[in-house]
Amino acid sequence: MELTILYYLIPSLFMFCCGVYGFVTRRNMIAMLISLELMLNSVDINFVVFNRFLFPGEMEGMFFSLFAIALAAAETALAIAIIINVFRVSENIDVRDVNKMKH
Amino acid sequence: MDYSQFLAMRQEIALLVVFLLVFLYDTFMPKKALAATASFSTVLFGLFTVASFLWGNPGEVSAFAGMYQTSATCVAIKNILNVGVLIVLIQSCRWVNGEFMSIRRGEFYELLLVTLFGMYLMISARHFLVFLIGLESASLPLAAMVAFDKNRYESHEAAIKYMLTAVFSSAVFMMGLSFVYGLTGTLYFSEIALQLGNDIDPLLVVALAFVISGVGFKLSLVPFHLWTADVYQGAPTSVTSYFSVISKGAAAFAFLVILVQAFGTFYSTVWEWMLYALIILTITIGNLFAIRQTNMKRFLAFSSISQAGYIMLGVVACNAHGLESMMYYILVYIFSNLAAFGVIGAIENQTGKVLMTDYNGLSKTNPWLAFSMMLAMFSLAGIPPFAGFFSKFFIFNAAISQGSIAIYILVLIALINTIVSLYYYLLVVKAMYISPEEPQIATFRSACTERLGLWICVSGIIALGIVRFFYDSINALGAGLNAPDTITNLLNMIG
Repeated sequence: MELTILYYLIPSLFMFCCGVYGFVTRRNMIAMLISLELMLNSVDINFVVFNRFLFPGEMEGMFFSLFAIALAAAETALAIAIIINVFRVSENIDVRDVNKMKH
Repeated sequence: MDYSQFLAMRQEIALLVVFLLVFLYDTFMPKKALAATASFSTVLFGLFTVASFLWGNPGEVSAFAGMYQTSATCVAIKNILNVGVLIVLIQSCRWVNGEFMSIRRGEFYELLLVTLFGMYLMISARHFLVFLIGLESASLPLAAMVAFDKNRYESHEAAIKYMLTAVFSSAVFMMGLSFVYGLTGTLYFSEIALQLGNDIDPLLVVALAFVISGVGFKLSLVPFHLWTADVYQGAPTSVTSYFSVISKGAAAFAFLVILVQAFGTFYSTVWEWMLYALIILTITIGNLFAIRQTNMKRFLAFSSISQAGYIMLGVVACNAHGLESMMYYILVYIFSNLAAFGVIGAIENQTGKVLMTDYNGLSKTNPWLAFSMMLAMFSLAGIPPFAGFFSKFFIFNAAISQGSIAIYILVLIALINTIVSLYYYLLVVKAMYISPEEPQIATFRSACTERLGLWICVSGIIALGIVRFFYDSINALGAGLNAPDTITNLLNMIG
């Protein structure tokens, strides 16, 4: 069996949709962060696959995904730091409780 | 490698030098000298602002294989942002010098300068990788700045709301980019336009929708605006004022560059209509929600959402006149909005009050603050002879010059919304001047930096519209372009 581009793209799209679904339904901030990671990683897969199958002569997609991984790491680090701060002030990381500002 | 191309980036490099100097000052100076961090950073940034005006026009230079491009227009928008940042820095001096900030003064300036650096990259990027790095380095430190007020619960809530939605939107944006890459095999704006040709691929429509929603989040256009009010309310007022003008101005310009350079051929077929829907929603919903706000910072958040809709009129016009009037609008918006935030910040620093009812009878106790606030409100609402009227006039004019019936209807809706916005801007003026209730805020004298910031803003509000030098010099950027003002002119102007 030959693995065509679809064998990679469909799982990646599925991952992205799982991420969106998780982000919308999960109530724990860490779980929301994991969903965001799923979305970011599916983007990386897309770039690498497009590069490998459609434009094998160049490396642009590979480089983009390298940078994207670094950015995702930075985002996670910062988000975790903020979540820890939220936990310190409210003893809870359920998003339903972090909802005091609204009019 | 040709190292002279770093010279094209002299504004970025100079900003980086300012950042490093502030960082070194903060790290190595003795404790006594640290009390002067605020004045050191502000003066240093003021010198940088003056210097980057004096450097003048570099012409069109591209560096790093075309990933980075600078032109007279890019330099002009960066200078406009610099002026705004300088006013923010002057206004925030008192807050930074407060007791609470004594151990974290330097960090505020360092984070702020890094976000400004990211915005510079966004403006000058002509490759999506550089743009993405700029976008992230502009938005991630902002989340840390929102969380600055460690003792206030709202600050943390605002930060986590901003962070999660920012990462979500940048993931959606990157997904759109991956589709664009799959279609064209390149991430250079100009190459993408060449590869796409004129055929509309369904995947392209999806990709454009993703890209527009990613940048629309930064601009807080309406379906993506839900974070705005909470973040504006929770963040420290100095950070909020930075948020509302600087990051919005940079994102609007970068948005225009992306849409025109990479997807310009699909203007009338795809994204013109997307933008129509976004603009109508943004202006209308921003206005309607602003009416029912009681907290001044939330009120200004919704007002700034609707102002973003007006700024987008310059993008949808898609001609050189549109870009000029958009830049002028951003300049005027910086002065008017910072005047409003200057008053709010001064009152909050003194008394801790931010509700609109607290402003009742302010004109009796603090006539000058009330006067500045009134001018800011008049300018935001677009009442002549203040600058806000002229910026709205120019941007409507530019949009109409595009010429289709649809855009006439769009401008008409925007015009009607201006009248709606007059109502809620005047609510503040009414509270300050007409309300018969006893004044809530005692007479006080604000710090000299706050007064200086307000003087700059008020003179800007009055002078920008009347003195023709300002709009003439922005207009001169598009001088010498062809008579029928089309997208080609716009491309030439961006460089």
